[in-house]
Amino acid sequence: MRKLTYAQAILEATDQCLANDDSVYIIGLGVTDPKGVFGTTLGLEKKYGKRAMDMPVAENGMTGIAIGSSLVGMRPILTHQRVDFMILSLDQIINNAAKWHYMFGGKLKVPLVIRLLIGRGWGQGPQHSQNLNSIFAFVPGLKVVMPATAYDAKGLLISAIEDDNPVIFIEHRWLYGISDNVPEKMYREPLGKARIIEKGKDVTIISSSYMVLEAMRAGKILKKYGIGAEVLDLRSIRPLDEESIIRSVKKTGRLVVVDGAWRSFGISAEVIALVAEKGCGMLKSAPRRITFPDTPTPTSPALAKYYYPRAIDIVNSVRSMFGFPEKTEEGAGMVSNIPLDVPDKTFTGPF
Amino acid sequence: MKINKKISLSLYYQLLRIRMVEERIAGLYPEQEMRCPVHLCIGQEGVAAGVCANLDKRDYVLSNHRSHGHFLAKGGDLKAMMAEIYGKASGCSRSKGGSMHLIDLSAGFLGSTPIVAGVIPVAVGVALGTSMKKEKKVTVCFFGDAATEEGVFSESLNFASLKKLPVIFICENNLYSVYSPLSVRQPKDRDNLAIAMGYGVRAEKGDGNDVASVYQITKKAVREARRGKGPSFLQFDTYRYREHCGHNFDHELNYRTTNEYDHWFKRCPLDNFERKLIRQGILDKDYIGRVREKIGNEIDGAIKFAKGSLLPEKEEVFSDIYAP
Ligand SMILES: Cc1ncc(C[n+]2csc(CCOP(=O)(O)OP(=O)(O)O)c2C)c(N)n1
Repeated sequence: MRKLTYAQAILEATDQCLANDDSVYIIGLGVTDPKGVFGTTLGLEKKYGKRAMDMPVAENGMTGIAIGSSLVGMRPILTHQRVDFMILSLDQIINNAAKWHYMFGGKLKVPLVIRLLIGRGWGQGPQHSQNLNSIFAFVPGLKVVMPATAYDAKGLLISAIEDDNPVIFIEHRWLYGISDNVPEKMYREPLGKARIIEKGKDVTIISSSYMVLEAMRAGKILKKYGIGAEVLDLRSIRPLDEESIIRSVKKTGRLVVVDGAWRSFGISAEVIALVAEKGCGMLKSAPRRITFPDTPTPTSPALAKYYYPRAIDIVNSVRSMFGFPEKTEEGAGMVSNIPLDVPDKTFTGPF
Repeated sequence: MKINKKISLSLYYQLLRIRMVEERIAGLYPEQEMRCPVHLCIGQEGVAAGVCANLDKRDYVLSNHRSHGHFLAKGGDLKAMMAEIYGKASGCSRSKGGSMHLIDLSAGFLGSTPIVAGVIPVAVGVALGTSMKKEKKVTVCFFGDAATEEGVFSESLNFASLKKLPVIFICENNLYSVYSPLSVRQPKDRDNLAIAMGYGVRAEKGDGNDVASVYQITKKAVREARRGKGPSFLQFDTYRYREHCGHNFDHELNYRTTNEYDHWFKRCPLDNFERKLIRQGILDKDYIGRVREKIGNEIDGAIKFAKGSLLPEKEEVFSDIYAP
């Protein structure tokens, strides 16, 4: 099968939805510029004219405008190059998009997709690298999707666009260049269904978005130590696939939740609370969370290297559950000479 | 009105210093030791220099992502700025912020942030605070053309006018928001001056590449603010030479034409002012050489300081989250 990058998969999904349905349109800063939102919107204006638009730098107003258009039958996709910018539109998202259907007794719907980017590295610092996934997931009426692979990016984006509810679609900058088998046809992956990436019987590692890659790396290392990790990619954090989570934890009896976001009040807290409520007694050891520390992102790479958790942290967390001592990265055979603030060697900054 | 020799020379010095600092950053950036985004203001120095020449140390300035020039023109410490860009503990924000988050309290530079327009209401609040405390200070807020599209811009003008606050809004119109030209963001006959005046804010427009005219237009606004006459909105048209973020030129992207670029390049705020002062007999080659050398040495010192400074320790990740 043909390989596409995560960015190409998003572009293809958007292209097919625009072709398939005249009511779909895409709007956002830079949608029509030469970089095309990290390559995810390139060529759309040429093909679809006004249904691919740049916009004023006015996030809150533009969100309300997108919502309004959806009330009368359009299906807008609104993009933001960083989540930090769309915080300006929380009023429209939380007060209007998430509520309209409910507060008018189901008479209208808001089929809106808001694509936004999270990420890290190269000194992005406190206002350019936040991951606010749980803020959105907290709000009833919103769906929140966080694909980790190119395959899922395409299938989930198509489902999100076709969904009749507001969907917050979170993309990680470090995933854009990663390729994967992606079918050419239009296909759909269900919102609210997790995926087991790796089967295992000793411990369940739950993660989403970019952290799935770190969890997979950790899973491989753990195998060397005779520990079978079941790696679960949540894919959607709202709705949360409670069934798959419980089923896996029941099987393994051990739980590590990995979230590329802050610790307190976050997804990791939610997943552990769920397991505590619904599966009382099935855990053989205390659950662990691996997250960013509860501090804003520092800019200096000297500090950022202590900020972002990596596979080795997952490995050690699991090893400690089994009473094994900590390993260094070298000790675990994970030496990498790529600096910690860039996605790969070819990257020379700035984003 | 002709400006006197002393002011002309100091404007020239500021322009040249900002340009030389920025060019040096552009030269060193490929070494990849400055591991944070940099938004260079090469081509736009006239606004920073012309505006800040009217301010005293006691006055306040706030700014956006493209703030190196504003910081330097207000008297911000160059060494601390370079160390911040190099991610060192000795940086002005103790390496927590990087190029997009500069601060120097002793110079009245209260901070710069990259969320478009985010700092505009903050500046209005600073002016509210100083006026409530009956301090005779003026607050200046720098932002780009894109910031005038945000809701807080209008909300801020409204309140500043309502309370007649001593704040000056400086819009540096460089025609682009990243790669998006004004034409995809604002209607053709939109007039920011009329918008500001609609809120009862006095407004004026000027050539941002003519530092003397920026100086004079701002002078009036500062005088009005000091007299308690309320806010002003000043728009200066100018142009950025390099890419939006980073040290390169970006001609290959073709989002702006070579004609347009050449037009603005010919109107370089530094070269034109230099030529003018030479014609007026205020400057000569010898003097320019000496000034260049002096600034060059200062920059060498700042780079040396930054490169030689220590990286922050791990505990620093957890410091400064809450005030003690
Ligand atoms: C609220 C918000 N939206 C979008 C961005 C992304 N962004 C960074 S700089 C920029 C362009 C700003 O243009 P302008 O204010 O005119 O300043 P210039 O960069 O041209 O100096 C944009 C859109 C942002 N930082 N903040």
